[in-house]
Amino acid sequence: MGYLKGFTISGKQFFQKTVTTQYPEDKRPKPERFHGRHVLNRYEDGMEKCIGCELCAGACPARCIYVRGADNPPDAPVSPGERYGFVYEINFLRCIHCDLCVEACPTEAITESKLFEFSFTNRQDAIYTKAELVVDDDGNPKHLPWEDWHEGDDENTSGWVRATAPSGVAAAEGRPLWSGELGHGVRPAQLGQSDPLAADVPADFDISIREVKDAEMRGAGVARGRSVRVDEGTDAPGDGGR
Amino acid sequence: MGLEDLNHNFLTGRLEDMVKWARRSSMWPATFGLACCAIEMMSTGAADFDLARFGMEVFRASPRQADLMIVAGRVSQKMAPVLRNVYDQMMEPKWVISMGVCASTGGMFNNYAIVQGVDQIVPVDVYAPGCPPGPETLIHAIVTLHEKVRRGEITKRPVVASEAS
Repeated sequence: MGYLKGFTISGKQFFQKTVTTQYPEDKRPKPERFHGRHVLNRYEDGMEKCIGCELCAGACPARCIYVRGADNPPDAPVSPGERYGFVYEINFLRCIHCDLCVEACPTEAITESKLFEFSFTNRQDAIYTKAELVVDDDGNPKHLPWEDWHEGDDENTSGWVRATAPSGVAAAEGRPLWSGELGHGVRPAQLGQSDPLAADVPADFDISIREVKDAEMRGAGVARGRSVRVDEGTDAPGDGGR
Repeated sequence: MGLEDLNHNFLTGRLEDMVKWARRSSMWPATFGLACCAIEMMSTGAADFDLARFGMEVFRASPRQADLMIVAGRVSQKMAPVLRNVYDQMMEPKWVISMGVCASTGGMFNNYAIVQGVDQIVPVDVYAPGCPPGPETLIHAIVTLHEKVRRGEITKRPVVASEAS
């Protein structure tokens, strides 16, 4: 009768909840500092932040960025300052999403979004040009037709920078700050990993992922379009209120 | 007489649709994990993302039983003839997904040891970007390949980029 024991286990599993994420329909929540495809940001007045300095191309370990700067036309400047990014191309079949370009950028022009659902049938298609990388008039990344988007993916595209970054603030050492976004403003800083408080208090996106995971992932998967972070929660740790 | 000589009519059109449906409904991948991308490929096949939903959960150890080669990871110059050998042993029709930036273009390993793009060796159908691509990106690439199979011709043979030029 030993074989019945095996059948019992199989029979019990049959009534358990499934863990599978039905991916093309549902999607798991991603951390808000997820490294996805890049966006080129703009200031609140619509001017581009990129000044064509090519520091991102120099910092890139995969050499996937190609920038060519040009002098701003005096009558219709593209960016504040002397120069702007005339050509800006990123080869996403070379980019390893290390975020070094974001740290190198002096004007927080290039940041990473949470978009990662795209694939190519041609190597040429993987080279994103400036027109595809620059955010639209609302500050959101452009929805390119070959990218699979879920609701909420276009949020939180601003870069988070450390105090050691050129644009970082020394007073906030160890706490990831966010750069300003067109249409979204500046979001509060998070607790950093080196913060002694952070050892006791997990970051709020960590908490929400766990909550979502425990509550819903064991069921029929996360509902489509659920964003990880609840921005209204002002009492959450890491909002800079301490 | 092969399929190439048949004229198109309603019956062959339905037959072609059925063949393409059958091909994309159970596309068995060959095991070709080379580096960290293989870990993501394994987790795609595991319960959380469950490639069995697409009828392709069996990673065949023998290339003769496989339709799809997922090149997961960086291909070194020494591995290149092996990869071509495995591809040649696969039965037609066969497809290749280049998973990750290292397999696609060499990625950050732009040096003498790594093949700068696996499409120099085998004809690649879909490139999945990412370092490594998560299970979701790989499934996106697989869905893209399914769409390519659905729209493509059933008798067309792929050509290596280096041979075509």
